[in-house]
Amino acid sequence: MGEPGTKDLLSLEELEASVAMRTGRKHTLSILVENKPGVLTRIAGLFARRGFNIDTLTVGPTDDDRISRITLTLDGAVHPIDQVTKQLHKLVNVLKIRDLDPQDTVARELALFKVAVDGVQRAEVMQICEIFRGKVVDVTKRSLTIEVTGTTDKIEAFERMVRPFGLVEMMRTGEIAIARGRGET
Amino acid sequence: MRAVDAVMECLKAEGVEVVFGYPGGANLPTYDAFVDAGIRHVLVRHEQGGGHAAEGYARATGKVGVALGTSGPGATNLVTAITDAMMDSTPVVFLTGQVRTELLGTDGFQEADILGITMPIVKHSFLIQHPNEIPRAIHEAFHIARTGRPGPVVVDIPTDLSRADIDYQPVTDVRLPGYQPTREGNQKQIRQAAKALASARRPVIYAGGGVISANASEELIALVRSDRFPVTCTLMGLGAYPAPDPQWLGMLGMHGTRTANYAIDEADLVCCVGARFDDRVTGKLSEFAPRAKFIHIDVDPAEISKNVPAHIPIVGDAKQVLTKLVAEYRALEPDPSRLEEWWQRIDAWRERHPLRYEDSADREIKPQFMIEALYEATGGDAIITSDVGQHQMWAAQYYHFKRPRQWINSGGLGTMGFGLPAAIGAQVGRPDETVVCISGDGSFQMNVQELATCANEGIPVKVFIMNNGYLGMVRQWQELFWDRRYSHVDMGGYPDFVKLAEAYGCTGLRFEDKTTLVDDMKAALATEGPVIVDVRVTQEENVFPMIAPGAPARDMVG
Repeated sequence: MGEPGTKDLLSLEELEASVAMRTGRKHTLSILVENKPGVLTRIAGLFARRGFNIDTLTVGPTDDDRISRITLTLDGAVHPIDQVTKQLHKLVNVLKIRDLDPQDTVARELALFKVAVDGVQRAEVMQICEIFRGKVVDVTKRSLTIEVTGTTDKIEAFERMVRPFGLVEMMRTGEIAIARGRGET
Repeated sequence: MRAVDAVMECLKAEGVEVVFGYPGGANLPTYDAFVDAGIRHVLVRHEQGGGHAAEGYARATGKVGVALGTSGPGATNLVTAITDAMMDSTPVVFLTGQVRTELLGTDGFQEADILGITMPIVKHSFLIQHPNEIPRAIHEAFHIARTGRPGPVVVDIPTDLSRADIDYQPVTDVRLPGYQPTREGNQKQIRQAAKALASARRPVIYAGGGVISANASEELIALVRSDRFPVTCTLMGLGAYPAPDPQWLGMLGMHGTRTANYAIDEADLVCCVGARFDDRVTGKLSEFAPRAKFIHIDVDPAEISKNVPAHIPIVGDAKQVLTKLVAEYRALEPDPSRLEEWWQRIDAWRERHPLRYEDSADREIKPQFMIEALYEATGGDAIITSDVGQHQMWAAQYYHFKRPRQWINSGGLGTMGFGLPAAIGAQVGRPDETVVCISGDGSFQMNVQELATCANEGIPVKVFIMNNGYLGMVRQWQELFWDRRYSHVDMGGYPDFVKLAEAYGCTGLRFEDKTTLVDDMKAALATEGPVIVDVRVTQEENVFPMIAPGAPARDMVG
């Protein structure tokens, strides 16, 4: 048994049991939407009420000012991606959805790291920065602020490298992604 | 012209004959426009009633219903009806007034963010920012509400924009690049489905409310009769296939027939048309139709493989898909004798497990008997609306619906208080039909104020309250699953429904004797104007058979 209407105790397994198919990998959805009021709320609301968890989300203009692009990433191990895209398609303001194949996609995010450094450490951090092709965008006696762009993996690797020096704060934009080749994303 | 007058023009262009609404500060311009518009307006007594009336109208006629409310509380009172329309895919356009634009976001008097509140429960909504947008938004709202999988659309218009002067040009097109419902159905998939049906030895056709929304009853009947296919309908689908009938197994699901549930359980192929494998149908999902392959025909792609993975998914309008499916199936000329054994099994279930109840030995009216009497008194021909609870299930079991749009109830949301206003809407849309609301003593009180609407507008609905003095369905669950620890389900003896009916200007009657019940009901039905009948029935009767919640269908009890 085990339904809320009955008094039987619910087991955790029952709560977790689900029939939906999982792909088990990270998915990047590229979504074109009409640039109308409330579109982002509709998408965010849909995710919240269907219990889909967004890992990252970026929104920006496209070359057509009536249309915006939303790039979002979510975990296919947790969510039935097929159901996510079908539900998104039901939103009237959603024009096009592409579930990007990681093999055929260039994905980047931008991150800013503020690292606490003094004297000796400064050179070491700058060396790491160079290896990661980062850019120092602000410097004080006691800190360095570094801009890094790249894949999520690269940014996470950079974070691991500088964290021991004293990471004051970190900001990340979330991923944007574009299909490889001549065709449109 | 004023934007509100353009709204009236748009409503007329959409073929709107009637709207159900309630005025207030923020929709005063709209109400001013009604004075000259020539559109019938039914003044309800609560916006929720207006919303359900618009639903009842839509479900009885197949047209788009329209409900109006003012800003703030007027709009929030519509929320239950909007949700109900969403869950049951009912096409309704809700027009709400909003505070003037300069007050938006300031917590102005009677301001509520109704678009924000309703975002999860609408098919779509429109926030009007410029008066010139209004005509297009109204037409797009109707288009979205009625096409694809139908549903509710909210248009929220700030009061200053309604009063603005616009250069009105009739809108003849809709521009919705992100909204292109699939109608046709993939021919290859349809052929696959036909082949699967032709080779199935234990097939069942499982039809839902989508068949009714798509006006595809005839096509469903054609499919069922293209061979000796057994057919069952969901609660929302009742009437899509005429009952009783040799190929009709009865309703399926929690309170469906054993025959229908056992047939699904043993089926090798389930052909689902316009239904969504709701938990009240499947019981324990992992053990639903464990031996079957699934064909799933639905206009909403998101329903396919949502709960049960479909082997042959077909996205499209049921009418179009079924027409093609019947043609493909006939072309295969399958051998009908392969179903012989299957029918022997089904007939054996039918014989052993008909719907039954123990009738009283005296004059006491059993609730099941009450529905059978009503069926007889109405010749099985009335449009029936219902509220939610035991009476709803008994109505579904014992009133054999023979045509689509004859049965109007709140299936998905299960809204108590739906029945009376839905009956009002149905009666307004179908003035020549007998419209009967089967209600319960609990449900009826949730929108009882609409009796005044009936009396004032001369809407002659007949309400039969199955009065057992309890919130019967909750009591049943407490009895069966909570060791009979009754908690707050006794409704006491109030109100006196006869006096209440009279206070509202309706005829009130009370029936307590089963021996004269059919004749008494006939007399009530023949009485002019709205009639409310308090039918006293057995207090502690349970709806059976039943799939206990979370249990598999083959373990039905009762």
